[in-house]
Amino acid sequence: MSPVNAVLRRELRSYFVTPVAYVFLVIFLVLSGILTFYAGDYYERGQADLQPFFAMHPWLYLILVPAITMRMWAEEAKGGTLELLLTLPLTLWQAMLGKFLAAWLFIGLALALTFPIWITVNYLGSPDNGIILAGYLGSWLMAGSFVAIGACLSALTRSQVVAFILTALVCVLLILIGQPQVLDFFSGALPRKLINAVAHLSMLRHFEAIARGVLDVRDLLYFLLSTLGWLLAGVLLLDLKRTR
Amino acid sequence: MIETDQLTRCYGHLTAVDALSIRVEPGQVLGLLGPNGAGKSTAMRMIAGFLVPTSGTARVCGHDVSREPLKAKRALGYLPEGAPSYGEMTVREFLHFIVRMRGLKAETGYRRFDAVVQQLQLEEVLEVCIDTLSKGLRRRVGLAQAILHDPPVLMLDEPTDGLDPNQKHAVRQLIDVMARDRTILISTHLLEEVHALCNRVVIIARGKLLADATPAELEARSRYHGAVSFSAPGSGMSQEMLGRLPQVASIEVDPLDGRITVFPKPGERILEAVETLLREQGLEVSEIQLERGRLDEVFRQITTSDERTAEVRA
Repeated sequence: MSPVNAVLRRELRSYFVTPVAYVFLVIFLVLSGILTFYAGDYYERGQADLQPFFAMHPWLYLILVPAITMRMWAEEAKGGTLELLLTLPLTLWQAMLGKFLAAWLFIGLALALTFPIWITVNYLGSPDNGIILAGYLGSWLMAGSFVAIGACLSALTRSQVVAFILTALVCVLLILIGQPQVLDFFSGALPRKLINAVAHLSMLRHFEAIARGVLDVRDLLYFLLSTLGWLLAGVLLLDLKRTR
Repeated sequence: MIETDQLTRCYGHLTAVDALSIRVEPGQVLGLLGPNGAGKSTAMRMIAGFLVPTSGTARVCGHDVSREPLKAKRALGYLPEGAPSYGEMTVREFLHFIVRMRGLKAETGYRRFDAVVQQLQLEEVLEVCIDTLSKGLRRRVGLAQAILHDPPVLMLDEPTDGLDPNQKHAVRQLIDVMARDRTILISTHLLEEVHALCNRVVIIARGKLLADATPAELEARSRYHGAVSFSAPGSGMSQEMLGRLPQVASIEVDPLDGRITVFPKPGERILEAVETLLREQGLEVSEIQLERGRLDEVFRQITTSDERTAEVRA
């Protein structure tokens, strides 16, 4: 078995041995349900789709993903197990990938467990299930980017609280950056081209595009590259720590 | 085999390890000795590939730890300082994790797992969470992790720290058995351990190598080496007589228990002369001892040499 797999299994297991997994799953499922029906006006819209459900996901991830990722490296650095892990025969990339995949798969599981809402919408009407599938895909890809950000920032510090706050901060920036209100605020100070470029960095914009059912290569690439980019930054941070 | 060449590590302005060059061959158990903060752990972390050297190189079985890190790590079993392990796992889960990380095949993995569990007497705690184990048991789990893949090179940072005398004995026996065909580097600040385990000692302080010798050679550096000590009530007279012996350099009396230590002049053997004299004087000697030399004294002498010279001058 490859070291990536071994790290992945260990991480996943540690979620379920500690209460982290159950707390996360319960809160994620309850909140996604409540927000969809109350804040999202699920019934009042009178449409058989899951747009209000997916619209809540960036905000759910904003709180819940940092809670999953904050311990990823900070805990190992503090407890001394980092020394154990990094003196075993695996590369930093393998360790990072194993941890990332564990968290990403775990969130995938949480997403899969929202299936009752999909059953509900199919019971109430006849939605376009392709679009719903795209929504799930987009949501999971976005979660991947969030996890990668959290993985990177957890490698930065020994403190889980600092890792949580930094991750939430970066994530909220990436969500908000493309919103019209934010762009308008800067429109006077910055050149138009720069603002357009910045708007393309917005997570929300790419997520909404996928969730509408439009699978554009550029949106997929955005999530893929940002995930890889943050993971790479995390690996570089870990490597830098060894020389400091 | 472990080789380091001018291995250096700086933390800002502080030089934790300063141009350390050592070479440990198969069959050797090298004790890395030094006061706290001497750079023992930092040196080991560089050899294990956890820290990157500021300059210099380290090789494990010929593999440079910077250029071929995976090959070096495969050849090495390493117990980090404090024996860290994942607290939320049971001993069995943790050791299985190490088996997978080491890429051991199923059959070899199970065989080695059973062997180390037996060697370190972990049978009874296999299903217990590591978090709830005693310090000594955690250390044994750490050791089990280090030897699980039967490595040709073993590096143990304070392997018996926190163990009770029986456990210490068991771990030392284990290391003794493993030592025959392996390269072993252990760090310690317990001098008794050096006697019990090592056939070579390297003393470092402030990151610098200060001595590289066998335990016996180090003992020979002690001013107690070859000295004779005895307890005899009412020996005031004989002290003077002893002082007149041509081989004797000086005499000291312990102010607490009145034990007398007679120091020889360099290269002289004085045991027989002292015994003869005492018999002639008709003194009742309850017990007489030829000193091998005191490692703790040599250790102090070497690691605090600057302060010591100042003391002597004063």
